[in-house]
Amino acid sequence: MEHKETAVKVENLVRRFGERTILNGIDLEIKKGETFVIMGGSGCGKSTLLRHMIGSLKPDSGRVSLLGTDITNLTEDEMDAIKKKVGMSFQGSALFDSMTVGENVSLALREHTKLEENVINIMIKMKLELVGLSGFEDLMPSQLSGGMKKRVGLARAIAMDPEIIFYDEPTAGLDPIVAGVIDKLILDLSKKLSITSIVVTHDMGSVFRIADRIAMLYEGKVVEVGTKDEIKHSKNPLVKQFLAGDPDGPIKFFQKSDDYLEQLTK
Amino acid sequence: MFFIEFISGIGRVVLGTVEHSKRVFSLFRETVYWSVIGPFKKKFPKPKSIFEQMVFVGVKSILIVFFVGLFTGIVIAMQSAYQLAKLGGAIYVAAMVSVSMVRELGPVLTSLVVAGRVGAAITAELGTMKVSEQIEALDTLALNPIRFLVVPRFLALLLMLPCLVLFSDIMGIFGGYLVGVYNLGLNSHRYIDVSFDFMAWKDIWTGLIKSVTFATIISMIGCYMGLNTRGGAEGVGKATTVSVVTSFVLIILFDCILTGLFYFSNM
Repeated sequence: MEHKETAVKVENLVRRFGERTILNGIDLEIKKGETFVIMGGSGCGKSTLLRHMIGSLKPDSGRVSLLGTDITNLTEDEMDAIKKKVGMSFQGSALFDSMTVGENVSLALREHTKLEENVINIMIKMKLELVGLSGFEDLMPSQLSGGMKKRVGLARAIAMDPEIIFYDEPTAGLDPIVAGVIDKLILDLSKKLSITSIVVTHDMGSVFRIADRIAMLYEGKVVEVGTKDEIKHSKNPLVKQFLAGDPDGPIKFFQKSDDYLEQLTK
Repeated sequence: MFFIEFISGIGRVVLGTVEHSKRVFSLFRETVYWSVIGPFKKKFPKPKSIFEQMVFVGVKSILIVFFVGLFTGIVIAMQSAYQLAKLGGAIYVAAMVSVSMVRELGPVLTSLVVAGRVGAAITAELGTMKVSEQIEALDTLALNPIRFLVVPRFLALLLMLPCLVLFSDIMGIFGGYLVGVYNLGLNSHRYIDVSFDFMAWKDIWTGLIKSVTFATIISMIGCYMGLNTRGGAEGVGKATTVSVVTSFVLIILFDCILTGLFYFSNM
């Protein structure tokens, strides 16, 4: 591995919601500068894993470290210091609808730094330029299309020059060209600014365009970790089925037929 | 079997209420903490955001509070005039209107109106932010949602609701004056004198303490329901309804407790 330092380390992470175990002993190590994709079917716990990595959920047991700091037991001030080094792009972009695009992008700068107004304005223009939306700073989020909102969300995530960016389904619900634009942006950001990117997605096209390494999650466990080629040629039947999009295989979508019969005749 | 279900149902409701009360109280504690300690730690919301909320809570409620206050005063005057005229004491309409407005109807009716207008808006706004991940987005930007969203709303209500209550008191007394002078033919000066003669300072400050309590209820319930919204647009609708209903019931409940404390104890 060319990058030595660890950006994110997850050790034996377990999380239950009521009776259901969502995450069942996850171990992952993500190096600085790499683009790491976490893929898996709906409901396999990948979004929950992401929420644990950014510290908005606390694990039942296990540890999560960001940039060398264990974040499972931090005070609010310590956690805030970590959060300033981490950006997050949300599935629904999560822009603040009462603020303009420019205010969205500059919110963290205004709250956490003492930069002067004209410096902040230049920063807004620079960040929007990076996502190809310069000149849009005075529009409201409601005036933007889905893909543009995603890009503004990305500009907001990189406003504080983070070392790690988390992406939750960055291309979900976008047309293929916009999805391609977003993928290119993710790659550009990690190459130009050497940011560590962690992407949660089930868009297979996007996975193979951007990933350095890929982890596949199934029923709260990591079933395979590897580079693009390793995953493509994996012998693991779970991975093979997921890549092929095959309805039949070890991943069950429908319940077993005898259960169904039993339910019908009960 | 039915009996056991009934008992366990009651148990669930009680436990649920206790749990919610605890969480509302901890939200309140944290809000007060950030309101008081925030300025010293340089983690206080921007004056602009508090000002915006004050305009929304206060200035934009003036018209509705004006009508509610005025018509309440008119109604009390008309109702009591009918009774008092029989006893030959029509002038006491003035005392009746002023004392009941300042003690009771001003604070309670204004707070109910504000709970319907502002409390509902707070829950709907924060609830929408919650279901569209905006609250979580704030958190990932290292901005505490309580400091950033709850404190400005709490402070705005705390400052503006007493002002609205005073305004409503004055409008109510003015409504009574209109009935007394133009309908009952009472002397204008005499009406004003009697209005204020029967009013004690205690009536005014207890009214204001009530309004501060109600402001806390409206902001805490509104924000709590908003921040705990789940389940998309339907969830926002439900949370807003529950927020307004809970605020209404709590306002009346605390009005009862405070009135008992101020007028039926040795205070």
